[in-house]
Amino acid sequence: MFRLIDNTDPELVEIEFDGTTVAVPAGISLAAVIFYLDAMPARKTILSGSPRAPFCMMGACFECLLEIDGIENQRACQVEVKAGMKVTRQLTVSGGEAT
Amino acid sequence: MAAAQAALQQGVKVALFDEQSNPGGQIYRNVDSSPLAEVSLLGHDYVFGQQQVLAFRHSRLDYFAGASVWYLDKSGSLGVIYQGRHQEVKAAQIIIASGAQERPMPFPGWHKPGVMTAGAGQILLKSAALVPRQAPVLVGSGPLLLLLAWQYLRTGVGVQAIVDTTPKVNRWRALRHLPPALAASDTLFKGLQLVMAIKRARVPWYRQATDLRAEGGERVEGLKFKSKGTAHQLDTGLVMLHQGVMPALHMAAAAGCETQWNGPQQCWQPRLDKWGESSQPGIFIAGDGAGIGGARAAALSGRLAGLRVAHRLGLIEQAQCDRLARPHFNARQRHLAIRPFLDAFYRVGMNALNPVDETLVCRCEEVTATEIRALVSLGCSGPNQAKAFVRCGMGPCQGRFCASTVENIFAGQRAVSVGEIGRFSARPPLKPVTLGQLATSEGE
Repeated sequence: MFRLIDNTDPELVEIEFDGTTVAVPAGISLAAVIFYLDAMPARKTILSGSPRAPFCMMGACFECLLEIDGIENQRACQVEVKAGMKVTRQLTVSGGEAT
Repeated sequence: MAAAQAALQQGVKVALFDEQSNPGGQIYRNVDSSPLAEVSLLGHDYVFGQQQVLAFRHSRLDYFAGASVWYLDKSGSLGVIYQGRHQEVKAAQIIIASGAQERPMPFPGWHKPGVMTAGAGQILLKSAALVPRQAPVLVGSGPLLLLLAWQYLRTGVGVQAIVDTTPKVNRWRALRHLPPALAASDTLFKGLQLVMAIKRARVPWYRQATDLRAEGGERVEGLKFKSKGTAHQLDTGLVMLHQGVMPALHMAAAAGCETQWNGPQQCWQPRLDKWGESSQPGIFIAGDGAGIGGARAAALSGRLAGLRVAHRLGLIEQAQCDRLARPHFNARQRHLAIRPFLDAFYRVGMNALNPVDETLVCRCEEVTATEIRALVSLGCSGPNQAKAFVRCGMGPCQGRFCASTVENIFAGQRAVSVGEIGRFSARPPLKPVTLGQLATSEGE
């Protein structure tokens, strides 16, 4: 969905995203990583399973919630990607299927 | 940054808690740590921030990056989450510079993946050097939308279309504010250049757009709308919205600062004196969070608050404070001269403020406009009671993205101004806090 602008050659870091190892630009937020990987939807709501993705990128909307290194519901736009991070999208209601 | 430096210069001991990891707020995000090879791509107004941040970095103050203030009370106590732990901080004087947020722009499908704010597009560009793979559709009204369109044209991304919701009547209403705005002719000229660049690139520009609808399954696939009465449909996977900005009032409101309705700007702002002091003595508000005035006016209001704080702390006399402040008051007035024109020209139309029934008003708690309207008909007294009945405003965003819509629905149904409706009350925690963070707290 999003790509690096021309003439940019950043260092890459490896993370685990939904169980797969991927290389992403260093120094960007995990919400930016979601758009870089085109990982849509980024989340499904706990109330109705409505598909969502980061909306404001500035920490206000809470749409970009991800599980990071085992801790759920973190705002991806406020967390910088670090090598070795284990990131999982929250796509099911805890305890089973999204309704 | 300006407030901190102005206070420092008069001998105040300053600590700055910044939720972001680098100084610059939203406008100057990453300006001194840009991932872009050519920062000038983003325009002169952005590059201007480099000097500010450089000066700030050389200042002697305690700068806490990545620090989230989760409560602030009128006695001057703050609760901060910093490096994973809660700390309580006491301050003699407080300056809040929480900036602005985009005005929510709800319409059916606005919650689908691939629909985001124009600000989000700018953040991706500034802090991650990321641009859309496909030329996006830009929807809404206001200078930021045009700026983003210009930046996407400059960076080779292109713009599929601009779907401009600015009401036709604005042009005439804004005209009478043009003479004073001519004092800021350089800003007007810059705006004109943006418009001309967009036109030269032959970007399809649909005017007087209404009846917006984002369609698609797991992500947005198309946008329907009407332009001058004719129906249109665009295939697109990326829609960027903007409908102006409004003060981010949450912290100030939770601290008990009184607010007032700004009719011309269609938003709430804190009630302040000319220095920026709120109804809570010792709590100042500076920047766009005090009232939308743009980047230059924001910095000047910071300087004024910083000076006044120094006076309050007994470091400078009233006369000296007034003397030092005079050029800032004058400069601020000059920078604000263009506002009435801009506010009138980009005034949001009634139809955009009152979304159709099926629209999701509260994204967090998934409450539709239908449900809110039903409450008004039942005689619900206002937004706070609506919050209690259907939970709109009780989700994690704490009403940041639904408050204005709920207020507008009430105001529309009751045929009164939003100022008479009131707003959601705000209470801490202002940002998420875990029990673990509280358990490892240290006092100060």
